[in-house]
Amino acid sequence: MKLSTTILAASALAAGSAFAEPVAPGDVQFDDYGAVAESLTGKPGDPEKGAEVLSKRSLGNCVACHQISSLADVPFQGNIGPTLDGVGDRWNEAELRGILSDANNVYPGTMMPSYYRVDGFIRPGNGYTGKAAEGPLEPLLTAEQIEDVVAFLVTQKEQ
Amino acid sequence: MKFNAMTAVAALMLAVPGIAAADPDDDTLIINGELEMTTKAPLPAHMEDVNMDQIMSGWHFRSDETQALEMDDFDNPGMIFVDAGRDQWNAVEGSEGKSCASCHEDESSMTGVRAVYPKWDEKAGEVQTVAMQINDCRVNNMGAEPYKYDSGPMANMEALIALQSRGMPVNVKIDGPAQETWEKGKEIYYTRFGQLELSCANCHEDNYGNMIRADHLSQGQINGFPTYRLKNAKLNTAHGRFKGCIRDTRAHTFSPGSDEFVALELYVASRGNGLSVEGPSVRN
Ligand code: HEC
Ligand code: HEC
Repeated sequence: MKLSTTILAASALAAGSAFAEPVAPGDVQFDDYGAVAESLTGKPGDPEKGAEVLSKRSLGNCVACHQISSLADVPFQGNIGPTLDGVGDRWNEAELRGILSDANNVYPGTMMPSYYRVDGFIRPGNGYTGKAAEGPLEPLLTAEQIEDVVAFLVTQKEQ
Repeated sequence: MKFNAMTAVAALMLAVPGIAAADPDDDTLIINGELEMTTKAPLPAHMEDVNMDQIMSGWHFRSDETQALEMDDFDNPGMIFVDAGRDQWNAVEGSEGKSCASCHEDESSMTGVRAVYPKWDEKAGEVQTVAMQINDCRVNNMGAEPYKYDSGPMANMEALIALQSRGMPVNVKIDGPAQETWEKGKEIYYTRFGQLELSCANCHEDNYGNMIRADHLSQGQINGFPTYRLKNAKLNTAHGRFKGCIRDTRAHTFSPGSDEFVALELYVASRGNGLSVEGPSVRN
């Protein structure tokens, strides 16, 4: 529930708690260039977990479309999108968070899925069952997973 | 245009060589050492403004081992299902005491059929697929139960019928009364379904030849259907494939035999106008 999340987040912030509720998908603040300045969880992500999200079919499955040599032992990397080698040189943290949350703001009409958006889809399904979605959709990745991936991607510098 | 500088950077990165592109190959498909198939053909006229050089059978995107299975009928596992289809052809079923053979004689009477379907049926006032025609005969001429649309028996019968046109060019009509259905199929082809927001065109027009994880993307042609897939070791119908591809976009997919898939079949078939009828083909 959007409203209560916001209220919760606000009161958590007011209380100075480090464990604020994550920003809900509809509440993400994109700037004019599609970048997102604030962490979705209010804290830094874990790069190791991020690498896992990138690799696993059941998680981000980013390697379905992207090659990345620092994860060379992950088999069958696709080549639909650009390689992610050196991506931390090309984009800063806020930009990477924006691309991940909704790449359409950066690349209008891109084939890259929006990992932190829950509306505007045509015939959304219930996961990969082929059946209609029941109730509100979950984003493809959680706020925490997005932050983990961002934390990993910023480390990807060309040597 | 938002994000100019960054878009330019990304474009540059895309142009950097070194990505191992797995291009379709230049092999020639000759079946049983005698029947040379047309597996590459010029774009059909209706695809003039599509950014593609030519149309290609999915055969070109498979490994040499998988390709070889389709080059000899003794190696093609799909042929077993053709035999089953032939038994069905001759089997008397239903209240009228008839088989397909009672009205159509030998299965060679089906020569040319696969190449021109789906097609407009004047009497029914709709575009019909081969599967719809098969069930029409079963129900109305034989008094038998219809086959389930994407079932094994249906795939067997479709394989037997496809084989009679093997090597003939696909040539479905898209104008006249079929045009409305064709337009609808085209719209579906370009619609980005599901939570992944992917259209048929995203994968099979914009990215054929590229790898999506372990899969080498073809043009998604249906000239080879029904197709024997090593993955599930059975004969697969085109609608079964459509259903799976849309499901994989995290979408609420359509049902085999639905109006949507009939329209999509006509449209996708028309993107293969000029390729040889190849069914039953072998894919992975
Ligand atoms: C279905 C394909 C697909 C998937 C899955 C995908 N991407 Fe992308 N991605 C693209 C494409 C295509 C582009 C290039 C943007 C464009 O031109 O549309 C891109 C661009 C990017 C960029 C900018 C790269 C650069 O060099 O500027 C980053 C970063 C990125 N993706 C990260 C990810 C991450 C992380 C994931 C998984 C959580 C992911 N992508 C999943 C297709 C995909
Ligand atoms: C996410 C990517 C993706 C999307 C979207 C997609 N497909 Fe596919 N499709 C595949 C993959 C992967 C294969 C297996 C490799 C191949 O033959 O291209 C495949 C195979 C096929 C085949 C079998 C081709 C052959 O020669 O056996 C057909 C037909 C097909 N797709 C049609 C469609 C249609 C029609 C749509 C839209 C309704 C669609 N696909 C959407 C990924 C996709």
